[in-house]
Amino acid sequence: MSTATTYRTCPRSGLQFEYQAEWLIKANAFVGVVWLLIGGLLAIGVVLTRWPAVHWLQAQTFYMVLTAHGLDMLIFWIIFFEIAVLYFCASTLLRCRIATPRIAWLAFALMLIGSVVNNIAVFRGASSVMMTSYVPMMAEPNFYLGLIVFAVGALIACFVFFGTLVVAKNEKTYEGSVPLVTFGAITAAIIAVFTLVSGAIILIPTWLKSMGVIDQVDPLAYRTIWWALGHSSQQINVAAHISVWYLVAAIAFGAKPMSERVSRTAFLLYILFLQLASAHHLLADPGLSTGWKVLNTSYFMYFAVLASMIHGLTIPGAMEVAQRQKGYTKGLFEWLRKAPWGNPTFSGVFIAIIGFGFLGGISGVMMGTEQLNMIIHNTIYVPGHFHATVVIGTTLTFMALTYYLIPVLFRREMIAPKLAQWQPYLFGFSMYFFALVMMGAGTLGVSRRHWDMAFQGHALAYEWPGAAYLMMGLVGIGGMAAIAGGAIFIYVTVGSLLWGKRLDRGAESPRFTPVPRAAPTVVAQTYGSAGFAAPGTFMLAMVFLVAFVLYYFINWKYLSTVWGLS
Amino acid sequence: MSAILPPTERLWYKHPIDRVEGTWIAIALTWCLIMFFMMIGWHIWGKQNLSTETYRTTPEQYTAKAQAVVDKWTVRTETDQKIPVVAPPPGSDVFIVARLWSFWPILELEKGKSYRLHLTSMDYNHGFSLQPVNINIQVVPGFEHVVTVTPNQSGTYSIVCNEFCGIGHHQMVGRLYVK
Ligand code: HEM
Ligand SMILES: [Cu+2]
Ligand SMILES: [Cu+2]
Repeated sequence: MSTATTYRTCPRSGLQFEYQAEWLIKANAFVGVVWLLIGGLLAIGVVLTRWPAVHWLQAQTFYMVLTAHGLDMLIFWIIFFEIAVLYFCASTLLRCRIATPRIAWLAFALMLIGSVVNNIAVFRGASSVMMTSYVPMMAEPNFYLGLIVFAVGALIACFVFFGTLVVAKNEKTYEGSVPLVTFGAITAAIIAVFTLVSGAIILIPTWLKSMGVIDQVDPLAYRTIWWALGHSSQQINVAAHISVWYLVAAIAFGAKPMSERVSRTAFLLYILFLQLASAHHLLADPGLSTGWKVLNTSYFMYFAVLASMIHGLTIPGAMEVAQRQKGYTKGLFEWLRKAPWGNPTFSGVFIAIIGFGFLGGISGVMMGTEQLNMIIHNTIYVPGHFHATVVIGTTLTFMALTYYLIPVLFRREMIAPKLAQWQPYLFGFSMYFFALVMMGAGTLGVSRRHWDMAFQGHALAYEWPGAAYLMMGLVGIGGMAAIAGGAIFIYVTVGSLLWGKRLDRGAESPRFTPVPRAAPTVVAQTYGSAGFAAPGTFMLAMVFLVAFVLYYFINWKYLSTVWGLS
Repeated sequence: MSAILPPTERLWYKHPIDRVEGTWIAIALTWCLIMFFMMIGWHIWGKQNLSTETYRTTPEQYTAKAQAVVDKWTVRTETDQKIPVVAPPPGSDVFIVARLWSFWPILELEKGKSYRLHLTSMDYNHGFSLQPVNINIQVVPGFEHVVTVTPNQSGTYSIVCNEFCGIGHHQMVGRLYVK
């Protein structure tokens, strides 16, 4: 069974795009980037208000803009782009048609409508409840309705993705097991289903409450279930961007996973344990038992952290092995020095890996420790941490992938390639700085989601130490630099779509060409066989471990000096 | 290009693991277990653990209890709003009422002594952020959270609300003294 469609083989990459899939990927990625643009514009308002010397927006506007920034970035930008990644990993990598393209377009339409409805509600001004929308603070009904419609759309898209896998299997477009990258995408999609269902479970009653149909949603139950959406959706991001890291390692170096078994098991650990992590948003909450908190916040003994630490080694490790095979074998780090630093797809991913691990990963585990959570909960340390994960990790990775897709998928020559070359460095490093100073300010106690750290006119005003003001000033500067980096990305990508030279489509055929089955290479036989194939990466991993251990215990040391609590 | 192709070997799961990976997995697993047992260990040996003692409550019930303590132990009032400063004896139950947009009353505690601090909110979620020590606890409406606190340094402390609670959120700040 195969329906009438065409497949084009991209002459630049050898990838094969089915007609419907190609348009779906383009549409989802494009709308994602539009949300990134909107979220980025809103970020200007957020940053310039939190910069104490500037303090730009009025309080009411600030809270509205911050609500929109959180939603547009974290939910709409990321999930639209992720759906594009899912379709790519199924249809393009397995060279098959998309299952039920009509339904896929329906999913797209629902997501689009949902996101717009939600934004309209926010900008009407009576829904400044932040993306977390903790009850009993209520937004307009359309705020929730928009999110629900969006979630339903995304859920349908996940099922189209699963359907596409079935099509590929049935039509035998590939042999053996699915590629590792597709496997990672499957992980992301499974977590997404769990996440979106949790979202529906809690947002539907909240929506009903906002219309007066029911009159109570338990505040603590809301927080617990909402975070099964809020946190697990971050795990979709992790699974998705790690898949893209493997993808880029393959594209940029021809790298092969060091061990399929290790990498796949690590993905499996995500499925098994990641969704437990909603606990780490509730560590400072009343009413939940210590045992529950400890077991859940650690994702069952940190097995999901273990998985991330494994990916963090195996991806650079695979790059190192590939580079060494090309003859870059001098010392520990020649492979890294000779990497294609001028290619924004590679540099973006590498900056993302390092930033995600060192800044996002270490701070995340610290925050997620039951007792240590008390010294950062709801401070601006928290946004500091997640800008390291979701901006440096996910967003920068998706930016890097977009650079690759411009000629391959959108068939345009990139305008301003020099600018594109610099962009990951500007965006990445200013975000490193931004995240670090936010964490610095949070360590001093500065609150998140707070319009006026001076408490102007209040008789009991608290005076923050000068260092806190300094840090928040640096947040302003770093944030504006990052926004400039984001603007360059938008200019290069959207500009290329508008004005870039058109590139040829490549050969078309009414039938797919199956994925060729490569003979086991010499490579596959030799490395991975109890050698010590990636010593440089191992060094990096040890540096990481030392930083991790030191930072972890410094925080315990601090905790031991505060008031006794029991 | 192989992470994007099906594994070349059919029996990829039998492929031996490189020592770089094997060693790292062993190290990482050890570290993960250390971190896990650190949390448990701190419950046994550490002095800063968040209590889980919680009761369901209503604004009326809670305010009544808080008011009783205020009536009994108020030593003076502060600011134009005449916020009572309450100094109950060590070991007793002390109450903070979080509401839009204030913390009430002002407590005066003694250094080195323990108190059972009750927290709840009358309306939305609020955040109890004790500065400059930087201890942060979520305050959820409908739940009365009882935390035993032992101040270890005297001074003037502030309680900043660090959970977004509406347009007056940034004006929600209270005080606490330790003698
Ligand atoms: C481009 C540069 C960006 C800048 C300068 C920026 C700046 C900020 C700042 C300063 C805050 C904290 C405000 C506060 O708590 O008072 C914030 C919050 C947030 N940002 Fe960003 N951001 C940027 C990009 C992004 C991206 C790409 C994402 C997601 C992919 C993102 C997601 C969020 C979220 C989810 C929040 C939390 C909102 C809330 O507390 O409800 N940001 N951002
Ligand atoms: Cu408050
Ligand atoms: Cu507040």
